[in-house]
Amino acid sequence: MFERIFHLLVKEFLELKRDKSARFRLLIPPIIQMVLFGYAATFEVFNVATVVLDQDQTQESRALVADFVHSSRFKLVAVAKDRRQVQDAVESSTAQLGIVVPPGFAELLRKGQSAPLQVLVDGTNSNTALIALGYAGQISGNFGQGYAQDLAQRTGRALGHPLVSVNLQERYWYNPNLNSRWFFVPGVVGTLTLITIVNLTAFAIVREREVGTLEQILVTPIRPIEFIIGKTLPFFLIGLLEVSIVAAVGMIWFQVPFKGNPLVLLLGTCLFLISVLAIGLLISTLCKTQQQAFASNFFVLNPMFILSGFSFPISSMPAVLQWFTYIDPLRYFLVIIRSTYLKGVGLDILWPQMTALAILGMGLYTLAVLRFHKSLD
Amino acid sequence: MEAPVAAAIQVSGLEKRFGAVVAVAGLSFAVAPGEIFGLVGPDGAGKTTTMRMLASVMRPDVGSIVIDGIDVLASPEQAKQHISYMPQRFGLYDDLTVEENIRFYADLFEVPRTVWQSRAAAMLDAADMTPFRKRLAGQLSGGMKQKLGLTCSLVHTPRVLLLDEPTTGVDPLSRREFWQILYSLRSEGVAMLISTAYLDEAERCDRVAMLHDGAMMYCDTPAKLKEQMPGVMLEVVTDDPRRAHDVVLGLSGVRGALLVGNGIHVHVDRRDCCAQIAVALQAEGIAATDIDAVEPTIEDLFVALLEQKKTGASK
Repeated sequence: MFERIFHLLVKEFLELKRDKSARFRLLIPPIIQMVLFGYAATFEVFNVATVVLDQDQTQESRALVADFVHSSRFKLVAVAKDRRQVQDAVESSTAQLGIVVPPGFAELLRKGQSAPLQVLVDGTNSNTALIALGYAGQISGNFGQGYAQDLAQRTGRALGHPLVSVNLQERYWYNPNLNSRWFFVPGVVGTLTLITIVNLTAFAIVREREVGTLEQILVTPIRPIEFIIGKTLPFFLIGLLEVSIVAAVGMIWFQVPFKGNPLVLLLGTCLFLISVLAIGLLISTLCKTQQQAFASNFFVLNPMFILSGFSFPISSMPAVLQWFTYIDPLRYFLVIIRSTYLKGVGLDILWPQMTALAILGMGLYTLAVLRFHKSLD
Repeated sequence: MEAPVAAAIQVSGLEKRFGAVVAVAGLSFAVAPGEIFGLVGPDGAGKTTTMRMLASVMRPDVGSIVIDGIDVLASPEQAKQHISYMPQRFGLYDDLTVEENIRFYADLFEVPRTVWQSRAAAMLDAADMTPFRKRLAGQLSGGMKQKLGLTCSLVHTPRVLLLDEPTTGVDPLSRREFWQILYSLRSEGVAMLISTAYLDEAERCDRVAMLHDGAMMYCDTPAKLKEQMPGVMLEVVTDDPRRAHDVVLGLSGVRGALLVGNGIHVHVDRRDCCAQIAVALQAEGIAATDIDAVEPTIEDLFVALLEQKKTGASK
């Protein structure tokens, strides 16, 4: 039995050695995607296109606008002459944010009163809008405080009403600079592995079916289970290689620290790969051609990606969708890979995820083997 | 037929349904070692289904298959050691060389290295393929691919060889070489079951079975089978085969007619019906460029036998 599996394994790698495009698909797209994700996938907000309408035209109003422009968060793209122009700029998407300083702004400030400042935000991308608004609040708040202190010094008056305040001491653990790259890069390792290995496995088996070698192999004394193991084992090894390469790119190129024990990640990866191979195998039993396999991959991989918590927090999903996330192996692997990377935790913490992956992997693999048997008739 | 030696293939009461469609309906036959047994019949007659069940890639609903004394349904893995199945398109790995393909199949059958190497060398030599040993299978011609397929399927010295239309789309020269290999296997005592769409190939078989709707219509030597069809087959080349078909059917001495690629095949009692047909077609204004006697095809034979059976039953 092991000899036949070994022969199948040798054959598979020989084919891979000959197939230049397969080798290319295996290495280059994951690396490119890793680099793209590393640079492009970020929650941070910089250089929000901003249009300014200063109806006050005073030293104070100009100072406030300067505070906005000099922060790296906002970028002045236009100076409006009236409200109409502000509206146009936002509507035509030349600006995402409009700042309107109303007339009499400085006068109120000088009297020691609070002055209104209008900020118009394009809320189409709600996430960016909220974050930009937060920065706008911060900048105007700082400006107000600074002005009040300055005014108090100059006039010798006491600061308005001294307020009791709670002083927030912020400490961000594991990712002290809130670098979203640190969050994304380990996640990308998991996602890319899922996509690449499911595709390779499904295609490799469907191709045997399409070309007729599957039937030819099955008239030899090989047992279906031997075929399945011989056919998935190469992609298991390739999957491990893939994780190592992509993870290395993340660590070396993007300087994402790896704090945990590599062996814990290795165990998690092995368990994850069992599920991934089973999904590829399942897809292959449902498809007769490689084209069908390609189409079904979309149906399966996209929901898995969305439900994994890769970028959308699972806790914010409706309850029904949250249930579905429990059968998504990527969900568990993302926890494992992010925790080993950034938190450096071990099996004492990650055992629930490991157990879930093991159960899911066994279940999916058994299902795939049963389906495969059935699909032969 | 009581054969002195045990049959290499013994099939009895074989049945297979796909939903409401009956693909094979109670098929029974036996093939002796060193016998080439032909299966002929139109598409959908159940030839491939029968082959697949014998190769144990498909389970029959009813019936039994015994190959070389082994019950295929009870112990398929054991039986597979002695069987070789070669479908219309043998599954080769295009990215592997000729030698690597042979080696892979030899490995799956766990044939010792020295054994398969000498065997493969001899077979490649016999098939004129020795210079192509290192060529990728994907770059071979259709005929060479089939010969490589045959080599792969013979590398484990099977006792029973199942060939499903192995020479369809293969050039005549390769076909001849292919049959040379089959003949030498016959002398080694290998039992062969071959399905074919060519009458000349059916005639090379020791016995031929005609399948219709999954059941056996006739089973005899090719010579006896042809005797079943008395008379002569004429080919009428015409641009209007449909009308010509209707016209000739009304003539006396015409047993039947069949539309073919470039005209019609007319089954007549005597050769001199030629003139009568020519006159009749001319009277109807149908241009016939050529009318001549031809060798009947499998299809002609099949239609003639089916016709005979129908009229025989109604009598």
